[in-house]
Amino acid sequence: MTDLLKPPVHVDDHGHAHEEHHGPSGILKWITTTDHKVIGLSYTVTAVIMLVIGGMFAEIIRAQLATPNGTLVSLAQYNELFTMHGSVMIYLFAGPFAFGALANIIVPIQIGAPDMAFPRLNALSYWLYLTGAITMLSGFFVSGGAANFGWVAYAPLSNSLNTPGAGADLWIGGLLLTGFSAIFTGVNLCATIFYLRAPGMTMFRMPIFTWNMLVTSILILLAFPVLTAGLVMLYADRHFGTHIFSVAGGGVPVLWQHLFWFWGHPEVYILALPFFGMVTEIIAVFSRKPVFGYKGMIFATLSIAALSLGVWAHHMFTTGVVLLPFFSIMSLLIAVPTGIKIFNWIGTMWRGEVWFSTAMLMALGFLVTFLIGGLTGIYLASPPLDFFTHDTYFVVAHFHSVVMALVLAGMAGLYYWGPKITGYLLNERIGKAQFWFLFIGSQVFTFPLYILGLDGMPRRMAVYPHDPQWKMLNDLSTLGAVLIGISTILFVINVVVSWKKYPAGDNPWDGHTLEWFTTSPPPHHNFYRLPQIRSERPTWDYNHPGHRALGHGQHEVHTQHDSEVPAS
Amino acid sequence: MKVEAKILIGLGVFFGLMCLVYWNWSLENAGGVMMFAAMLLCFLPGGYYYWWSRRMKARPEDDPNATQAGGAGVVGAFPGTSIWPFTLGMGSFFVVLALVFGIWFLVPGLGLVIWAMLGGTAEGRRGGKV
Amino acid sequence: MQTPALPPQGATERARRWRRLRRAVALPLAALALSGCTIPSFGASPGVTSSSKSVFHLWQGFSIGAVIIGALVVALILWAVIRYRRTSDRIPEQSQYHLPLEMIYTVVPILIVFGLFAATLVVENKEVANPKTSVIVDVNAFQWGWKFTYPGTNALVYGQTTQDPVMEIPVNTDVRVSLTSSDVIHGFYVKAFNFSRYALPGVDNVFTLRAQNTGTFFGQCTQLCGLYHSLMWFRVKVVSQSDYANWIASFNNPAAEAAAKAANKTTSQQTSSIVPSKPAYTNFGVN
Repeated sequence: MTDLLKPPVHVDDHGHAHEEHHGPSGILKWITTTDHKVIGLSYTVTAVIMLVIGGMFAEIIRAQLATPNGTLVSLAQYNELFTMHGSVMIYLFAGPFAFGALANIIVPIQIGAPDMAFPRLNALSYWLYLTGAITMLSGFFVSGGAANFGWVAYAPLSNSLNTPGAGADLWIGGLLLTGFSAIFTGVNLCATIFYLRAPGMTMFRMPIFTWNMLVTSILILLAFPVLTAGLVMLYADRHFGTHIFSVAGGGVPVLWQHLFWFWGHPEVYILALPFFGMVTEIIAVFSRKPVFGYKGMIFATLSIAALSLGVWAHHMFTTGVVLLPFFSIMSLLIAVPTGIKIFNWIGTMWRGEVWFSTAMLMALGFLVTFLIGGLTGIYLASPPLDFFTHDTYFVVAHFHSVVMALVLAGMAGLYYWGPKITGYLLNERIGKAQFWFLFIGSQVFTFPLYILGLDGMPRRMAVYPHDPQWKMLNDLSTLGAVLIGISTILFVINVVVSWKKYPAGDNPWDGHTLEWFTTSPPPHHNFYRLPQIRSERPTWDYNHPGHRALGHGQHEVHTQHDSEVPAS
Repeated sequence: MKVEAKILIGLGVFFGLMCLVYWNWSLENAGGVMMFAAMLLCFLPGGYYYWWSRRMKARPEDDPNATQAGGAGVVGAFPGTSIWPFTLGMGSFFVVLALVFGIWFLVPGLGLVIWAMLGGTAEGRRGGKV
Repeated sequence: MQTPALPPQGATERARRWRRLRRAVALPLAALALSGCTIPSFGASPGVTSSSKSVFHLWQGFSIGAVIIGALVVALILWAVIRYRRTSDRIPEQSQYHLPLEMIYTVVPILIVFGLFAATLVVENKEVANPKTSVIVDVNAFQWGWKFTYPGTNALVYGQTTQDPVMEIPVNTDVRVSLTSSDVIHGFYVKAFNFSRYALPGVDNVFTLRAQNTGTFFGQCTQLCGLYHSLMWFRVKVVSQSDYANWIASFNNPAAEAAAKAANKTTSQQTSSIVPSKPAYTNFGVN
């Protein structure tokens, strides 16, 4: 059962599996690479830089709001700042970090594939992402400044009359590039998962992270073309004299919102599902148990994907022109699969052996923060409560709870898979300090915003002179933002301090899935050998042959095979 | 192949039902069309996989008892390095800049795109070498 | 492309019957949600209109559910991580499925969701209903200010940014607001009403308010509408019905009429002329 067989990776006669040894070197090597791990690493570094840039915008925004009549930035600059903060975080950090960086590196290894299905397309995705990011951010250097119509670019505010200037066009252009980058990554991941699995890796033996990436990719393919089409229409309205979104020419402004949110709400799950997957893997590994309710988890993920296409107009309840009950019940129903996931995560830890490594702490922090964000999301699915809180800081707090949870999960992913990618562990002490700053900072940052929202503070306000009593809560929130900033600095310090210091070995966490079977970092084309795949935990089965996952009602029969020592 | 087909067709059926309910209830066209298109987009690959799943025997990755040796053989051509993605990316960059700064950016943009497409295709026909 | 629009509410007999059915299901749950007076406010306030109060009760109902579920889940997480923290190199039993348990935490949330939905429907139907009324206010939002006209009368209020135009309405009367925008999308939001609605160009957004307390309440634009979005303020002044009649009548003299006409002309001409020459937000004291 456990003997090793020769590697399944056979590159055809022209392929030259180890060509990189005598290929180009230096910067040309980086530019010409098609190795999914190198591309993924480029994605990771770029996305973390975007996180830092977006975070700096956030700190400026918080500093502006520290006083009711803040004069740090002008009204125009403030509009640019929150637009670019949202755009950078959503378009350039969260998505690319999930499906460009971690999925790119991990998914092919988790299913035992030598590379992505289309390595050159994968490289193209990265170049489109990088140039898209440069395009969008270069808005700050043209006359008139960067885009300033909010990250949602509602028509008709985003037309050429209300927002003239190159900044808005650069925003559209950058978004077109990153949109195509996402579509190509989606195609690539789908094809990889459907066609390049190792023998025995059936669909229902794929790790949950891979499953979530598959569902994410399907959602990308369903949603992103709509955004691209919408952007083309917006550009046509701005420059070719069409009137798709302008009343004057017989167009419908609300159509933009339909198009945008038909992409925008699946996008929320495109952002969230990869991180759910990371957390699932991490909780299972650090509890030394299989994922509880593995099949229920997959079913929940698929239900979220199915429902997510029918909820877009809950962002538009207050337009008064959408069908309230339909979108209300569909949005409320999404709470059910999400709840299943949360209970499955708890079930995974239940009767386990929970190891509080930094990755696990971050995952637990995700769990609590996401719970808060999820519960406050249920309010917003109810139209009367949405009328009440729409476009106030309550909504801002809700989605910042969610995205701070995703940042925690992303950090968990970096601490968990970083050693596999680089071959070196990060310092756990600094990591835990970072966790506490990030976790407490997230709560201190979001909680005052909930109260401010309920007290009637609208979002996107540069000044609030009529309600100076909001200053105290805003200052508290700013303190939270500072704590989050410190946590980011601690992360950078951690990377510098532990640079090539703590060799990880192949399997530092006693992992379950195939990536822990190969070397750290994995070789070109990933595997020298593969174990037999008989469950969703091939590496665990190989290391602990006496401890297979048990169905309902089954109990362990102890034999002499019980291996207590993690292999390697 | 069967599971892949079932997932996509299942999602497509769900979108179709949702589209029916929504379109008839709300009479709002944009969302109805988009849901309908989402259904088609699921049926397209789903139908393809279903068609193939009935005409080929289970692949090693669909066989729960497969051995690693069963999967031995050529997986595909994986080019070690290639300059064309970068070239194509820079070409697209210039094309997008043409949208903003002026039509003349199309000259380097489309030039690079066409060059990259020709080069990349030739590279693929040669079997993945630069 | 047509304007996306709903079919008229309750247009058919079928729709009416369907709504009665929903109400029958929803009533007991709503009664549960509406019954408490000593329930904590969870950060919200009852507001001053009849629907703002039911929204507030709905808020309380949702909050009680959220607090109970949240506390339960946090307790489970804490128990799991404290009770089952790693103390040895033991490999725990590898149990993976427990069907009855999984069924329970699938079915129970579905029931909760339908309960929440039923309570939502009750409040929502009340809030979006438009009963017949004689007091109608046409609200026009523009960059960056508000214009309130009262069809059938000479009353007109017009103000830009921090001039704080005041919309005057009578107490204990249904007031139909017809909301529209002359340029980009704006948001009509009055905190004391627990309510907001977009002002869309090309769409007449109609809703009905019934204020139950007199007083002056602050409102502001909530949907980003450009440079002076932060300063697009207004006030709603709820007055007694006789005061309201007097206020409407005060516009019926030639001088006021002329002023109204002049103001009307300004708005219809163009909106760019109303941009204040410099941001004036540092040198006024409101409140």
